[in-house]
Amino acid sequence: MSYDLSMRVWRGDSSGGALGDYTVEVEEGEVVLDAIHRLQATQAGDLAVRWNCKAGKCGSCSAEVNGRPRLMCMTRLSDFDQAETITVTPVRSFPVIRDLVTDVSFNYEKAKQVPAAKLTPRDPDGKRRMMQVDVERGQEFRKCIECFLCQNVCHVIRDHEDNKQAFAGPRFFLRYAELDMHPLDTNDRRKLAQDAAGIGMCNITKCCTEVCPENIHITDNAIIPMKERVVDRKYDPVTWLGSKIRRRDQRDEV
Amino acid sequence: MAHAADERHPMTGNRMDSRDDTGFERHEYDVVVIGAGGSGLRAAIAAHDAGARVAVVCKSLLGKAHTVMAEGGIAASMGNLYPDDNWKVHFRDTMRGGKMLNNWRMAQLHAQEAPERVLELEEWGALFDRTPDGLISQRDFGGHRYARLAHVGDRTGLEMIRTLQQHTVALGIDVFMECTVTDIFKDPSTGSATGRVSGAFAYWRETGRFVVFDAPAVVLATGGIGKSYQVTSNSWEYTGDGHALAMKTGASLINMEFVQFHPTGMVWPPSVKGILVTESVRGDGGALKNSEGNRFMFDYIPEYFKAETADSIEEAEGWYTDKTNNRRPPELLPRDEVARAINSEIKAGRGSPHGGVFLDIASRRDADFIKRRLPSMYHQFKELADVDITKEPMEVGPTCHYVMGGVEVDADTEQSIVPGLYAVGEVAGGMHGSNRLGGNSLSDLLVFGRRAGHNAAYYVHRLKGERPNVQESDVRRAADTALAPFEIEDGAENPYTIQKDLQDVMQRLVGIIRKREELEEALVEIDRLKERAKKLAVEGNRQYNPGWHLAIDLTNQLIVSECIAKAALEREESRGGHTRDDFPAADDSWGEVNLVLTLAGGDFSAPVDLKRQPLPVMPDDLKELFL
Repeated sequence: MSYDLSMRVWRGDSSGGALGDYTVEVEEGEVVLDAIHRLQATQAGDLAVRWNCKAGKCGSCSAEVNGRPRLMCMTRLSDFDQAETITVTPVRSFPVIRDLVTDVSFNYEKAKQVPAAKLTPRDPDGKRRMMQVDVERGQEFRKCIECFLCQNVCHVIRDHEDNKQAFAGPRFFLRYAELDMHPLDTNDRRKLAQDAAGIGMCNITKCCTEVCPENIHITDNAIIPMKERVVDRKYDPVTWLGSKIRRRDQRDEV
Repeated sequence: MAHAADERHPMTGNRMDSRDDTGFERHEYDVVVIGAGGSGLRAAIAAHDAGARVAVVCKSLLGKAHTVMAEGGIAASMGNLYPDDNWKVHFRDTMRGGKMLNNWRMAQLHAQEAPERVLELEEWGALFDRTPDGLISQRDFGGHRYARLAHVGDRTGLEMIRTLQQHTVALGIDVFMECTVTDIFKDPSTGSATGRVSGAFAYWRETGRFVVFDAPAVVLATGGIGKSYQVTSNSWEYTGDGHALAMKTGASLINMEFVQFHPTGMVWPPSVKGILVTESVRGDGGALKNSEGNRFMFDYIPEYFKAETADSIEEAEGWYTDKTNNRRPPELLPRDEVARAINSEIKAGRGSPHGGVFLDIASRRDADFIKRRLPSMYHQFKELADVDITKEPMEVGPTCHYVMGGVEVDADTEQSIVPGLYAVGEVAGGMHGSNRLGGNSLSDLLVFGRRAGHNAAYYVHRLKGERPNVQESDVRRAADTALAPFEIEDGAENPYTIQKDLQDVMQRLVGIIRKREELEEALVEIDRLKERAKKLAVEGNRQYNPGWHLAIDLTNQLIVSECIAKAALEREESRGGHTRDDFPAADDSWGEVNLVLTLAGGDFSAPVDLKRQPLPVMPDDLKELFL
């Protein structure tokens, strides 16, 4: 059950480029990444594309398919009419390197700015104890496959390049929230989340949540609670007093 | 591309000034780790902790390595659910799973050190699933006596890679992402006859520019070889780079005839054929059935595992809740046994509509349980195959998953026969013998990653500043070899086509069931492909050019494929991940032999040499565990 698919794929580099027209033979049950691979193997050997697992687990093949940010490996051709032309372009928030590959180093730079977990000492038997219900909150955020689609659609940086300096983006709000909700972590990152990561600039339009291929409730479960925690620290006089005498579950501000 | 003396690398902050003679970007480290999966990152962390200056060089972005695909868990006898579990039981399971061909010392170290390595991940922020007491939960898996796998749902690999990645970043270790190593250098004037490692040669995928690393220790952590097969759970990166680099550098490989076909890969739709379906499905209660609805695994219990396997459905069902009075279901036999059984059922015409068998958990566990324990499987089948695994059975079949074979290393230090060259994880050989148990891979990465990192750092320390030097002539040769595909004009061969042809040969002739004539034919075919590969040509320029990248990786695939076929032809018995139709039984005399492969010519076009070598003998106190 094969058919000829019309595709338009952006070709070019940082100096510019254009959509190229291609016709690719595709099979029933295939995904957009299959079509791109066939194009590469038969017509455009140097077509640049990132991919690894082809199963929605590594988050490498992010692109915009007909203008929608998607993982190419999880976008099935059967979701489109066979006569429809499928247009594939690189994600928009990051600078193009070549064809569908973009420079996502922004995310790796932001990752360096989050202080890592620092746990309380182990129990006397050398192990640690945490309840399932307590780890589940963080586990939801750790499902993140770092496809950076949330970063791509976040309008704080998508349309405002100059905000990138002071804004870490939804992927890293997840990280701040995960660490803040870790049952045994001892660092208090709320000031950092506010000052360095710019969580206050998020105005919870939920674009990130809608695009997340792992269906993480980024806005409701991570960003909003994290905003509340930041606000607690800033305005609650009891918390303020507590912070002065170093309480709040023994966390140290970093 | 000359850089000012004070110019710093944008990613690593290293100085970028190039040496006058070759003009290439140049970096100096104590230890260079090739690969950023679980073993590479664990090695880098260990080397860093031991005081070495470390770089990690990886083909993909950080956090995308194949470890991310691991699903089931990390095998470690922590005894959180079954206090009777300990390293000796784990050691015994591992050796028996590998049909006693494992390097006993590696299997011992692995079983002894795995629990602490898991606790370390927790220390660095990993959030494992918990037992009711709040300890790290442990799940059942094939071939393991007790529930032993620390896990996070069915995305344990993601948790592991993210934890190691975040710790690596926190330590400030330099990572060269999307950078491929094509050669390892030696200084022939130092050390033994072969010379010591002096550095490595790489190119940036983004720009195609070359990089020279001056480093006396190199740790190979490049993973496996699955991309040489048509149906595989492995990603594009799995082209046997480390295996081939080791051979080109003068190191040896062992156990290459043993390739693990995971019993359960997706079979439909075609685009997902080979994608892994975790063994946890069976560990959590899933049953394998043929088209007649029979649980056929009861018909395939081998003599070797009879004493520990349930022979009735009643007993198998009882085991999930009472492990003391029931034996394990045959669905949880080691992977080689299950893969062969599925293969036989399909051949006998009792397969599913798309050429697999049925894996049913829908009728055996409730939907909530399935979604909680197997969230990625639920997601994967729903999104890619339109199958709701809480309502209908999955269709599954064998897929090339793992190579037991790899670089021959010293069990305690992970150093190969070349001084300064280490190997760890899937690219190392010996640990798993002829078949790896599920869950033993992630623990292998951690245990030996740490050991390799420490030992590489100490090795450099012991050199006391007498660092081997990179020879400029070698650098120029490496650059010429890498650029050769741009020079070919006549009779150009397309790398994508040759890779496809190689996959066809390996799948057809060196697959799950092998025989002499087919292996001989495979070797002839591989020779032909090698000849064609001398004419590999690519279009476009050096900037992020996947065709060029493949042309380079492909030569590695050809080397390892020849190793597999050659060793498979030599070993005239069936054992673990090597099944010979013409020699269907295991042979005790072969049980004491390793096949060792080397590449005297040092280049992919040279033939692979093979010799037999006695297996290291287990001491008597450990032998007692098997009486």
